[in-house]
Amino acid sequence: MSPVYDKVKQLLVDKFGVPEEEISPTATFTDLDLDSLDLVEFALAAEEELGVRITDEEAEQLDTLDDTVKLLEQKGATVEGAG
Amino acid sequence: MTAVLDGIGTAVPRQVVTNDDLAQRLDTSDEWIRTRTGIAQRHIADASTATSDLAFEAAEALLKTAPGSQVGALIVATTTPDHLMPGVAPLVAGRLGLAVPAYDVQAVCSGFIYGLASAAGLIAAGIAERVMVIGAEVMSRIVDHDDRGTAVLFGDGAGAVTLRAGAPDELGAIGPFDLGSDGEHARQLFVETGGTRTPVVDADTQRRRFLTMDGKQVYRHAVRRMTESSQQLLDRAGLTVGDVDRFVAHQANLRILMAVADRLGIPPERRVSNVDRYGNTSAASIPLALADAGLRPGERVLLTAFGSGFTWGSTLMTWPDLQL
Repeated sequence: MSPVYDKVKQLLVDKFGVPEEEISPTATFTDLDLDSLDLVEFALAAEEELGVRITDEEAEQLDTLDDTVKLLEQKGATVEGAG
Repeated sequence: MTAVLDGIGTAVPRQVVTNDDLAQRLDTSDEWIRTRTGIAQRHIADASTATSDLAFEAAEALLKTAPGSQVGALIVATTTPDHLMPGVAPLVAGRLGLAVPAYDVQAVCSGFIYGLASAAGLIAAGIAERVMVIGAEVMSRIVDHDDRGTAVLFGDGAGAVTLRAGAPDELGAIGPFDLGSDGEHARQLFVETGGTRTPVVDADTQRRRFLTMDGKQVYRHAVRRMTESSQQLLDRAGLTVGDVDRFVAHQANLRILMAVADRLGIPPERRVSNVDRYGNTSAASIPLALADAGLRPGERVLLTAFGSGFTWGSTLMTWPDLQL
């Protein structure tokens, strides 16, 4: 998996208390019990930690973690110390 | 001169509305409201109670603990005044028998911090030796009780403090301040009609006189602004987060409060919250939280708020030894 995926996974575990074993590329935010405010918080955290901006509209459309990572990578997300 | 806090008093309406009460007439639930906001109940004013009534009660509660306190000016922070004119402050001053300078500050949920800054200015300028600052709101009057998105969030109440002229090293000393605004986002937390832009003249303008909110944008900006403002304030004061004993943020939503405290690195036991019992009382939330927090003399308190405008503000104080 990519460094961005690992970073997203780390955010979900550390910030949202998601059990690590529930996280997989096909898991959706709904599967992980994240609500609409969590998605806003996730977008804010991604902006702070990955340096890309996810709009509220984009955040609402986020489905699986795989899609999320793709969107972040398209936007040029970078992880310090990776690659 | 430095402003030094030397009194506090609060008042809330008797009627309590629980989440279950709201769920009986709105498509919502106790679980939904608690997980999204941390709110369990709120106090709601009856039809005969206006903002000046709650402000007066809070002032009386304060003066009961500080008899003989000479108040030289009165500032009310509110976004829900009794009337478009005059302000709430002269009404309250009149009822208290005070013939002193009295005016309102309108910075919505940041109003109390702006009121403190304004009072500190009056003291520094030698205009008054002691200033009463009251945050008072009847938010239930501007909320659409059929809108489940906002009806659950707000409550009514008032909190009063007195600031007197003193020295920076005294317990109770307040400052420095960090204040800011960004009017580009005015409509994201908004009451559209009832002012001079769009007076209420018919059924349509009547319908648009209630508070509307873009919750997601408010969340983003609230978290960012309160975090940045708190950090800038600490830098200006030459302090770090480790110097902060208690963190009192505007009580809008528990999740916003936690998100700000997490970013600042404030440990959970230093965070003050009573949003579960009062909901968002706008300009009244910080004094209600200060009165409730069980603060000990000498504790350093970081106050921060964010509201419609957008406006935001932060300040620092040490808690005084009050005889309550």
